[in-house]
Amino acid sequence: MFHWLSALIICGLFALGLWMVELTYYDDWYRTAPDIHRSLGVLLLIATVLRLVWRRMNVVPAVLPTHKTWEIKSAHIAHTVMYILLFAVFISGYLISTADGRGVQVFGWFEIPATLHGIQHQEDIAGEVHFVLAVSLITLAVIHAAGALKHHFIDRDNTLKRMLNP
Amino acid sequence: MKKFILATLLLSASALPAHAADYVIDTKGAHAFIQFKISHLGYSFIIGRFNNFSGEFSYDEKNPGASKITVDINPASIDSAHAERDKHLRGKDFFDVEKYTTAKFVSTSYTESAGGKAVLKGDLTLHGVTRNISIDVQQIGAGADPWGGYRRGFTGTTTLTLSDFGMNYNLGPSSKTVDMTLVVEGIKK
Repeated sequence: MFHWLSALIICGLFALGLWMVELTYYDDWYRTAPDIHRSLGVLLLIATVLRLVWRRMNVVPAVLPTHKTWEIKSAHIAHTVMYILLFAVFISGYLISTADGRGVQVFGWFEIPATLHGIQHQEDIAGEVHFVLAVSLITLAVIHAAGALKHHFIDRDNTLKRMLNP
Repeated sequence: MKKFILATLLLSASALPAHAADYVIDTKGAHAFIQFKISHLGYSFIIGRFNNFSGEFSYDEKNPGASKITVDINPASIDSAHAERDKHLRGKDFFDVEKYTTAKFVSTSYTESAGGKAVLKGDLTLHGVTRNISIDVQQIGAGADPWGGYRRGFTGTTTLTLSDFGMNYNLGPSSKTVDMTLVVEGIKK
């Protein structure tokens, strides 16, 4: 559940992010798109923390016996790096919006206050980092998806099936 | 002998730069400001400033027409009190500060009229475009400061058209020009 919802939101946020920075002042979405991007980002951060707690409290599904050692190892590294990138993207995004001490509004429901702010050109540096890391995350996610598809279509094992139907 | 001493005194007095002087703009003490004001949708205004700049001027009370000023501005130091907006202003839609790292004003003429008013003309280089602009100047005052220095201050106003400097991002029909207010206080070198 967490996995597929995260995948959907991450891809959505990536596309929304790329699109919204190209909007111009008189576009209807000029203000709304970034608001949604920020709000969804914060909600995904909360969901990801819950996901890791869930992962801790539950038994991680065992690897299939047909999986090769290099597959297990590289998949494990990819998963860990994706989590790290995800958090780095959350933090850098948060640091853009809060660079002047303003908090981040989440759909007007609540606000995440600023903590680290006022660093010289914080919004520019955080912006560069946010972009580069987001592209890295999506690239890795594509490789991760390609791995899943390989298991399904080439190895013909049920790695992907059990993700869809646990 | 008396005549000689008098003559020497007079000579040395006239040789002294009694009024003509070079000043460094007191950006260190932040007694100088480059402020802008632009309409927001025609309903209100955004006011901001450039935080980092430096410059020098010379001013001669006897010959104000010979006055000169040079100011270097760091366009990346734009500050409109909102980080996300500043990030946008520094980006490609506006100042493109990665490409155009400096802005500069170099005076070409100074024409003083009564009451300390003057018109300052000069070349402003901004966003890679150099244009001769005209600034209405008012001299505010000059004199000793409490710490042994000598200061002179001016204010200036001008209106710039964004598209003149290659900034064509559509901010709406009321926001095509920006009003600049300059406060310049110099400390005599």
